[in-house]
Amino acid sequence: MRAFSYDRPDSVDAALRGVAGQPGTTTEAAVKFVAGGTNLLDLMKADVMRPERLVDISRLGLDRIEDTDDGGLRLGALARNADTAYDARVQARYPMLSKAILAGASAQLRNMATNGGNLLQRTRCYYFYDTGTPCNKREPGTGCGALTGVNRIHAILGASDSCIAVHPSDMCVALAALDAVVRVSGPKGERTIPFADFHRLPGDTPHIDSSLAADELITAIDLPVQGFADHSTYLKVRDRASYAFALVSVAAALKMDGQTIRTARLALGGVAHKPWRDPAAEAELTGKPASLETFREAARVLLRDAKGQSHNAFKIGLAERAIVRALAEAAGVEHS
Amino acid sequence: MIAKPTIPAPLDRPGSQIGKPVSRVDGRLKVTGGAKYAAEFNTPGLAHGYIVSSAIARGRILAIDTAKALALPGVLQVFTHENRPSLPWFDRKWKDDDAPKGSPFRPLYDATIHHALQPIALVVAESFELARYAARLIHVTYEADEHQTDLRAAKADAFTPGKDKGGFQPPPKPRGDADRALAEAEVSVDLNFSQAVEHHNPMEMHASTVIYHTDGSLTVHDKTQGPINTQTYVCNVFDLSKDSVRVISPFVGGAFGSGLRPQHQLFMAVLAATALKRSVRVELTRPQMFSFGHRPETLQRVALGAKRDGTLTAVIHEAVQETSQTENYVEVVVNWSGQQYKCDNVRLDYKLARMDTHTPLDQRAPGAAIGVPALEIAMDELAAKLGMDPLELRLKNYTEVDPNTGKPFSSKELRACFQQGAERFGWHKRSHAPRSMREGRQLVGWGMATGVWDAMQGQAVASAKLGIDGTLTVGSATADIGPGTYTAMTQIAADILGLPIEKVSFQLGDTNLPMAPLQGGSWTVSSVGSAVKAVCDRLRDKLAGLAAGLNDGPLKGLKADDLTFADGFLIAKSDPSWRLSITEVMRANDLLVLEDEARSVPYYKSQMKHALGTHSAIFAEVRVDEDLGTVQVTRVVSAVAAGRIINPKTARSQILGAVVWGIGMALEEESMIDQRLGRFMNHDFGEYHIPVNADVHDIDVIFVEEHDDIVNPLGAKGVGEIGIVGVPAAIANAIHHATGKRLCDLPITLDKILEA
Ligand SMILES: Cc1cc2nc3c(=O)[nH]c(=O)nc-3n(C[C@H](O)[C@H](O)[C@H](O)COP(=O)(O)OP(=O)(O)OC[C@H]3O[C@@H](n4cnc5c(N)ncnc54)[C@H](O)[C@@H]3O)c2cc1C
Ligand code: SF4
Repeated sequence: MRAFSYDRPDSVDAALRGVAGQPGTTTEAAVKFVAGGTNLLDLMKADVMRPERLVDISRLGLDRIEDTDDGGLRLGALARNADTAYDARVQARYPMLSKAILAGASAQLRNMATNGGNLLQRTRCYYFYDTGTPCNKREPGTGCGALTGVNRIHAILGASDSCIAVHPSDMCVALAALDAVVRVSGPKGERTIPFADFHRLPGDTPHIDSSLAADELITAIDLPVQGFADHSTYLKVRDRASYAFALVSVAAALKMDGQTIRTARLALGGVAHKPWRDPAAEAELTGKPASLETFREAARVLLRDAKGQSHNAFKIGLAERAIVRALAEAAGVEHS
Repeated sequence: MIAKPTIPAPLDRPGSQIGKPVSRVDGRLKVTGGAKYAAEFNTPGLAHGYIVSSAIARGRILAIDTAKALALPGVLQVFTHENRPSLPWFDRKWKDDDAPKGSPFRPLYDATIHHALQPIALVVAESFELARYAARLIHVTYEADEHQTDLRAAKADAFTPGKDKGGFQPPPKPRGDADRALAEAEVSVDLNFSQAVEHHNPMEMHASTVIYHTDGSLTVHDKTQGPINTQTYVCNVFDLSKDSVRVISPFVGGAFGSGLRPQHQLFMAVLAATALKRSVRVELTRPQMFSFGHRPETLQRVALGAKRDGTLTAVIHEAVQETSQTENYVEVVVNWSGQQYKCDNVRLDYKLARMDTHTPLDQRAPGAAIGVPALEIAMDELAAKLGMDPLELRLKNYTEVDPNTGKPFSSKELRACFQQGAERFGWHKRSHAPRSMREGRQLVGWGMATGVWDAMQGQAVASAKLGIDGTLTVGSATADIGPGTYTAMTQIAADILGLPIEKVSFQLGDTNLPMAPLQGGSWTVSSVGSAVKAVCDRLRDKLAGLAAGLNDGPLKGLKADDLTFADGFLIAKSDPSWRLSITEVMRANDLLVLEDEARSVPYYKSQMKHALGTHSAIFAEVRVDEDLGTVQVTRVVSAVAAGRIINPKTARSQILGAVVWGIGMALEEESMIDQRLGRFMNHDFGEYHIPVNADVHDIDVIFVEEHDDIVNPLGAKGVGEIGIVGVPAAIANAIHHATGKRLCDLPITLDKILEA
């Protein structure tokens, strides 16, 4: 692999100094943070990512999970995915998040993977990983191999002619549904990014995954107080029972008043370049009786602009069924 | 949970080592890391190679710019077709024991690109990481030609191959008039099948470590299913004498057929070692494991005609398989359909279509794993149409002779497999209508199928050395790719000479040992085991003779048949108090060691008069999610008739592993090709799906008792392949029972279920 230099600072300030002055977004940066390394190191070995310097952020003390003053929960960026999923507060107050994390990867990977790294993991598009093929995300301007190639696992929503990749995370789908907030430190101090604004759609710049600047560090992810513990679930549909990315996944969270839906959150994974939320679909659910009819209608609204590629049109019907299934489970509606 | 296997009582006398569930004799070495694999042999000054793969599927290399790679300190050389040493011209020099008809692939031979990911250069450097980095600095310019990797298109030019590979039998001539019988049949089915490409992907990636000695001789540690095959190839290609190339491969981390032919990393490592006069290792990466042989993509049609009572009146089985532009890779896909059931009108047809891919390669139960499931799915469809129990339909058309040849089977306890398997599974409780069993949103289905594989034997030689302390060392240049060859051979030897297992050791994987054939086709126990038996029988006779010759000894004048060999003693059968230890016999004869060598040759004469095969019945239960199309295989019972089981523990592991693979074949495994690039795209374990633990539930293995004096002196048929053969069909049939959907394109991924 390409030679690179390596630092392991012990404070956030020192870590930020390591990336100071880099222009653009984090995806393109030459100096990169390394957390669990489960994604970045693979990509470096495959010659897909070629950072000149790695700043190891494992010693910054950002691995705690703490209650926030407003009753929410703050997940440290360096807390491991496994520790987060098994945290008693997460399990009790945000069971959908716990379930989503545990639906991802394998036990070994979750032990290494961090919450910050999970947000910035890159697509699993085959072409992105294979430097012998064209890919706009890896090498802008070379074309999108998947568009005319093998695209069974690709996007049905929000794609562009430049890129049809999906964001592979499970955890992020639940975070999107929860309206989590990403806390970031940069040269100008701290800022927060609403989850919906963190990831982006490919447009004609698919090489950029997120809105995080190249000189910024994720320090934590804040969960608001509302965790939908009573009526939520995460459903992941995949090609084998474990250790496979989602073909379609659904984070469904409801606040119920008897049989009536008061608030609804619905996020989809495996279908777009970012966890997919649609206010219109959620509005469709709000105030309605929890019934299969209602759920189907919401699914149809959410998927109204869905477009299949040569191998993945099945995802549209699958997504509809998965949404109905997940909402029924969240609402406790008999599904037969 | 995985249930315990049923094991028939050992067929032999009490105290026999054969038939005992002995734990692997090499188990400790394996779990402690003491077992060394090809890429784990180290030597001072070892250099590392990294292979550069082609970006195009067909065409020519116009230029390779290696300057940047060579400029890196620590990079020793970049080998390409432009600077390679001279190599033989004749195809025969490149042939190995498993080569089909045609021109074997020659790495770095010229500028021609035959297939995507073809190795086109080797970077050799002081470290693996450096070699890999340097490989990325190499710039290649190509002139691409149009390629063909689409079997459905290539099929138009399909041709009928001849007897183009060892072990291959072209389909028999048609019997009766199958097409007419089909047209006139009271009930008929006509189905088309497709099977995706699968890559072998053993846990250990292909690797070769070549140790260069100062006299120019080589020690080669190669991932191979036949050390002698590796040696012959290296000697022929590099014009070396046999005594200057020794292959030592004591452990192989799985192969499934991928080690039957020398793979290109071997060529590369030897090329670099001989050119640089240095020891070199070349190990493939996981993506590069998709750059050579594979189970070929196959298109099939099976049509069956029957009377209303289920009597088969017509069997038609046609198959088209991919091969490369340069070799005719063939395997037996359709012949089984003429052998499984009694039927007067049979037409079998097998064709090849050329594509711009690497030559396919034998993969666990080659041919049968593809062809038999097609037949068995068609049988299930026929049963459904007839409204008949699928098991009943099979019994109705059961045959005791091989209809292809008219020969009786040397043994065929398939009825017992049906009976015991069905009982264990609870088959009689099945309600035969599709979609008749459900639990909430899960549709439950039960399916069954039959499996069949050959029982083959080849020639082999084994040597044995017995020490005065009663320790025995036996050896043969076979391999142990995982089935437990070390253990089975140890058991056979210990059994014959009546020694405790701990006193016996077996050596393999070394070309200095006597000749053994490739380990493949489930014939190692049969071939090498028979040689081990032969050499141990000779030692036994010698010991008996030596004991009988001791005039004042208790065994004076007795013959080998009058003696029992147990616990290191020779014991008179007539009176067990008359006995001598091996040590006493040897000492009294002034012998410190007793050595011998023996060759075993198949019983050609009696084997020729019989059909030889292993059989199985597989029963599977699935749960199909009605909304999402996901399938869980919740239960499998595999009942196997494979003659004598030398070691029920390792044999069971073979069946378990094969059933798991069968689940993968049915539901998950698929090398997806980008037709525009002619390239396999999902080339890593994240995206090339094989079953994980969560996919595997109850698997129950039954070995039915089967006696066979013809198949070989041990009566053991081998269990390496039979376990996979019917499994995809049993699962597909169970899915049909659950959903009413007939799916014939493997793997049956959830999209196919949803869209059917
Ligand atoms: C075989 C395999 C299967 C997998 N399956 C799944 C799955 O099913 N579902 C799923 O959700 N995930 C899956 N994963 C992905 C896994 O969840 C991610 O690899 C992991 O979450 C990344 O975390 P990490 O800490 O190792 O990140 P790293 O690899 O260390 O970093 C990833 C990226 O994030 C950046 N980064 C990390 N931390 C910060 C920070 N605090 N601030 C700014 N930038 C940061 C790094 O610079 C890098 O670009 C799988 C991974 C593998 C290898
Ligand atoms: S989908 Fe995106 S990541 Fe995949 S090949 Fe196209 S541009 Fe690259």
